[in-house]
Amino acid sequence: MKLLLDKANVEGIRFYEAYRKNGGYSSVEKAFKMAPADIVEEVKKSGLRGRGGAGFPTGLKWSFLAKPEGIPRYLVCNADESEPGTFKDRYLMEFLPHLLIEGLIISSFALGSNRTYIYIRGEYAWIPDILEQAIYEANQNGWLGKNILGSGFDCQIYVQRGAGAYICGEETALIESLEGKRGNPRIKPPFPAIKGLWDCPTVVNNVETLAAIVPIINMGGIEYAKIGIGKSTGTKLISACGNINKPGVYEIDMTISVEEFIYSDEYCGGIPNGKRLKACIPGGSSVPILPANLLLKTAKGETRYMNYESLSDGGFATGSMMGSGGFIVLDEDQCVVRNTLTLARFYHHESCGQCSPCREGTGWMKRVLYNIEYGKGKLSDIDLLWDIQRKIEGNTICPLGDAAAWPVAAAIRHFRDEFEWHVLNPEESQVRNFGLAHYADAREVVA
Amino acid sequence: MAEEVKKEVPQMFKVTIDNITVEVAPGTSILLAARKIGGDVTPPAMCFYSKLKGSGGKCRTCLVEVAAGSTADPRPMPKLVASCRTNVMDGMIVKSITSEKVLDARKGIVEFLLLNHPLDCPICDQAGECHLQDLSYEHGSEGTRYEFQRRLFEREDIGPYIQLHMTRCILCYRCTYVADQITNTRVHGILDRGEHAQISTYISKAIDNDFSGNMIDVCPVGALTDRTFRFKNRVWFLKPMDAHRDCDKCCGRVTLWNRGDEVFRVTARKDEWGEVEDAPDGKPGWICNTCRFDKKKTSDWIIEGPRKIKRHSVISAGHYVGTKKPHETIAEVMGGRHPKLLMDIHTVSEVNKNSVHLSAIEGPATAEVFNNGKGTVLPSPK
Repeated sequence: MKLLLDKANVEGIRFYEAYRKNGGYSSVEKAFKMAPADIVEEVKKSGLRGRGGAGFPTGLKWSFLAKPEGIPRYLVCNADESEPGTFKDRYLMEFLPHLLIEGLIISSFALGSNRTYIYIRGEYAWIPDILEQAIYEANQNGWLGKNILGSGFDCQIYVQRGAGAYICGEETALIESLEGKRGNPRIKPPFPAIKGLWDCPTVVNNVETLAAIVPIINMGGIEYAKIGIGKSTGTKLISACGNINKPGVYEIDMTISVEEFIYSDEYCGGIPNGKRLKACIPGGSSVPILPANLLLKTAKGETRYMNYESLSDGGFATGSMMGSGGFIVLDEDQCVVRNTLTLARFYHHESCGQCSPCREGTGWMKRVLYNIEYGKGKLSDIDLLWDIQRKIEGNTICPLGDAAAWPVAAAIRHFRDEFEWHVLNPEESQVRNFGLAHYADAREVVA
Repeated sequence: MAEEVKKEVPQMFKVTIDNITVEVAPGTSILLAARKIGGDVTPPAMCFYSKLKGSGGKCRTCLVEVAAGSTADPRPMPKLVASCRTNVMDGMIVKSITSEKVLDARKGIVEFLLLNHPLDCPICDQAGECHLQDLSYEHGSEGTRYEFQRRLFEREDIGPYIQLHMTRCILCYRCTYVADQITNTRVHGILDRGEHAQISTYISKAIDNDFSGNMIDVCPVGALTDRTFRFKNRVWFLKPMDAHRDCDKCCGRVTLWNRGDEVFRVTARKDEWGEVEDAPDGKPGWICNTCRFDKKKTSDWIIEGPRKIKRHSVISAGHYVGTKKPHETIAEVMGGRHPKLLMDIHTVSEVNKNSVHLSAIEGPATAEVFNNGKGTVLPSPK
């Protein structure tokens, strides 16, 4: 089922004429006949959950927005997609910029935001031009600007480029950066819904979340909620990468199993060169890594599906998270220690340095992991790593500390023997990888 | 009429911290409520400074566990919260030192703060009045598990009066708040991010401002030091005296740090939490650079008297104010005699032997030396 990407292959869909011809902006026409509160209600009914990683219900978030008289409200689109392994927003903005603009217009109308910002990651250097072009075209055709469709509602969208910081994807750091300050996360409360951009009530939503508003308005919230399963309604973009035959962005309705997603030809198309599956990071680099046996089946032996509930089944002990949908697959030739080092290095580099556990702890974890990876580790280092991550997790201002701690924790929890092998065989570990060990491919065990 | 009276009396919130209940005004943070109780219950704070707006929340040493959010919503908070930036609610139950989780987290934070700290207390001017020193004595472990090189920076003079020792900095951001809120321009701030974050001035600009000296007072560690005082003396050798003068820029109420008649340095008056005291007009008693750096003669000041420092502070070492001589009981039991040395005569039975030569025994003489007969083998003095 495709709701967002169904017209992605239409020629010229990036530009206004083709987009409009294929039914674009019809949802705006529909939405402007509704009352703003009804749109919020419709989004609530749809059960749409934030696609940026945390999975917080969007309708609920919108209803928290304070609406004091005489103070402007802002909608900010979080396009600072910097999580390693996640590239779904880039695809959406690059090929369907008008879909995002359309979603932004409806959302701005629903929330009463006359000035709406797209905060885009600095590394996406070519995408602001695409978005500016789309905004220009929307302006020319009366979808933006003053008195849109004669409703008396004014709205303008601005694109703001970041300077390339992962931390600016955190909503309060994003707001600080948008205000022109150093991108340090703010201490919450107050939450942005009360005091956000320039101390005004602000909603920050992910690109995919805002794009999903368009099908919700087109088909109605109740219809949208019928897609998917349980509390995971609608469709989700998954950016699959790593050791798979067909890496790319896939739109799934959240009823397919992880096994089907990895092995079916419709999606990832299996693992190349006949290798076996070792592990997978199912939701972007900050979620816990899962070994193959726990990825395809939950600890209770049930099939694991690609949705919020099923992926987090078993908590962090035997489960993971849906996250932002960055699906990274590791085959038997990949080294988990090296993978963890790469992630730790990333979080060390991206820590803002505001609060002490994250500032000091991320660098420490990186150095200890470096020693283990390059054959200079001690067995006590593994326990040390566990202790460091435990002291970072939950003690920081923003979730970056958790994001840095979880991958290390999960790697040690599930792949401790690989870490120990690295320490005990320092020379051998430099020339070959640990391999699969007992994390056999769950498919073969079943067969 | 009755309603109007109710409005005038502000409703007080009852908050229980470590089983001690205290009533505070709404809008008070947990940390300030705990300071009202005082003692060990008060969480330590490295970055929070109640006189600086917006400070706090960064060092995470003041983390506490909230066991019950409020009477209306008694759910516990899932994570430890920074007590300096979390406001109390009526009926809130907070655990500070009664929670294992908090103590464990605090120990971890101290370790993180000391990770890149050079621990050069023996040559640091802040030693003796350093918050990080106190914190690590109270909550830290005896050793570090960090085996890598610490980050190093060159010392830097930021302006005519202040030297920056970036290696000691714990990035509490207090000095940036001082520059923002007390001085009229800020030319310094945080450069770079993560572990590389450092305090520095904008393209080697000098900090030249009438109130810049207050940055030294708020610095919890020895990162910002007074260039007119560096290496001049140890704080515990100095006698703090309260003094004042008529100053057209500031309140003029200071503490002089004297040795004899010589004034070694001038600081603002600090309360027991290391923050500046309020001036009589109710505003924080920040002092200007003229008072701090230029008036270094006792004749410039009207001295009010010695400043009271907490008895267990190292600054009070050797100053026994208000102590009582212990009641002697030995003379009573010894029948009026005042022996200079007391020994347990039951274990040292053969001390009086002529053959024992005390000066010939290696190491300290103990009962065993005598009882094992080691002392007796020595030749008697000729």
